Amino acid sequence: MKYAYYPGCSLEKNSAAYDVSVRAVADVLGIQLVEIDDWNCCGATEFFSQDELVACSVVARNLALVEPQLNQVVAPCAACYLNLKKVDQLMVEHPRMNAHINEALAAGGLKYQAGRVRVRHLLDVIVADIGEAAVRDKVVRPLSGLRVAPYYGCQWVRPMDGVDNPEYPMKMDELFKWLGAEVVDYPVKAHCCGGHMTQISEPQAFELIRRLLQNAVDYEADLILCMCPMCQLNMDGYQNRVNHFFGLNFNVPIVFFTQMLGVAFGLDFSKLGFGKELVAAKPVIQAKLGAA
Amino acid sequence: MVTHQGHKHSSKFLAEVIANTPGGERMVHCLQCGSCGGSCPSGADMQYTPRALFAMINADRRDEVLSANTMWSCVSCYFCTTRCPQKVPITEIMYTLKRLAIRDGMAKGEDAPALAKTFTDLVEKYGRAYEVGIALFYLGLKKPMSALRAGPMGVSMFLRGRMAILPQKIRQVEQLQAIIKKAREIGGAA
Repeated sequence: MKYAYYPGCSLEKNSAAYDVSVRAVADVLGIQLVEIDDWNCCGATEFFSQDELVACSVVARNLALVEPQLNQVVAPCAACYLNLKKVDQLMVEHPRMNAHINEALAAGGLKYQAGRVRVRHLLDVIVADIGEAAVRDKVVRPLSGLRVAPYYGCQWVRPMDGVDNPEYPMKMDELFKWLGAEVVDYPVKAHCCGGHMTQISEPQAFELIRRLLQNAVDYEADLILCMCPMCQLNMDGYQNRVNHFFGLNFNVPIVFFTQMLGVAFGLDFSKLGFGKELVAAKPVIQAKLGAA
Repeated sequence: MVTHQGHKHSSKFLAEVIANTPGGERMVHCLQCGSCGGSCPSGADMQYTPRALFAMINADRRDEVLSANTMWSCVSCYFCTTRCPQKVPITEIMYTLKRLAIRDGMAKGEDAPALAKTFTDLVEKYGRAYEVGIALFYLGLKKPMSALRAGPMGVSMFLRGRMAILPQKIRQVEQLQAIIKKAREIGGAA
């Protein structure tokens, strides 16, 4: 199966572990990812705070660059996912926006037909398109005994309908049961990590991060699985700051779900970006699964 | 009375917010139930919850609304949007209020506009986000104490190869810039 691939800026460096593990597990599952040539930043939430038409046009350039023979794009970052999907939907539902966005694109010699490209997250592709039997077939190192807390965050499950339950999503839970893991029933799985608030108000952001970490500890999770680079950065990168701020002592590894999928598929840790996380994940994985 | 797409609104500001928000016409159906504020992870940090803000918009209290911190506390988690029984696109309305507040110079004392401007200026220049640029030009200039506190984390990130010192640039950055320029000329939304 062939999909266009929109990595997004975070996956270049900050979350390179996500990019390498996405590509590695896609390879195992026969998912062919064709990177959009010369893609640009989706703007996260920052263009939308200033000028809506500019925000939409910046996003739409990426949709316009999807090769004509492909009609689906995979975005591993929840913020990129939402922006791509939101702009496509706006163009479908609001003819005037559609005309204006295409007028802006035309200034760059591009055009985009609203609704042409279906925006997908890799988790949805793996669970819905690949499916249980094909995934189970590839498992050579079951994750038995490892307690994982699946964390979905916000922008994959909300506000768009249809992919999963917006209050209590289950797709990652299902996937990790197929891999043999003990999936923790994680009550805050779709709560907010604070997004860009770490840059604006540390007290506000740190409290949101603290809740996610505390909940994982309360439910005795060995690690938290992420599906968005912003969530991973906030919980992993800022974990030490959160500890200092509250006088706490969290030591919760935060990994991308694709990294653990790769472990279950028997791939080498070094090919899955392990070691880039600030809170080391390998010790608990090796302790629970045996030497790998 | 001010009209928008055939509806009559007693509040001029309500008509303005609706006109600047795709799907914004749902605002007239707000029941003042408060599901939005109750669902909000930032509710405690807001001067007015979204529900209160919407009542103020209905009362045409434009200056108070646009100088409030409510929209700047929004983390775009969309809980309010999916829980609203009247399908009011609340998060999108927060974006509209941010845009109007920035445009009219009413966002004084907020850091978020500077972060947004720094972020998007760098994207416009290079085509990709540039984290070190944000650290230097936003945190460094605007919040030097935060920049200092973030220092050790930055070093850890760098040592693990998670930080690019130089910006990544797309090939056809002029094309992106032409698109942005045209979008600015057309202006507006909805």
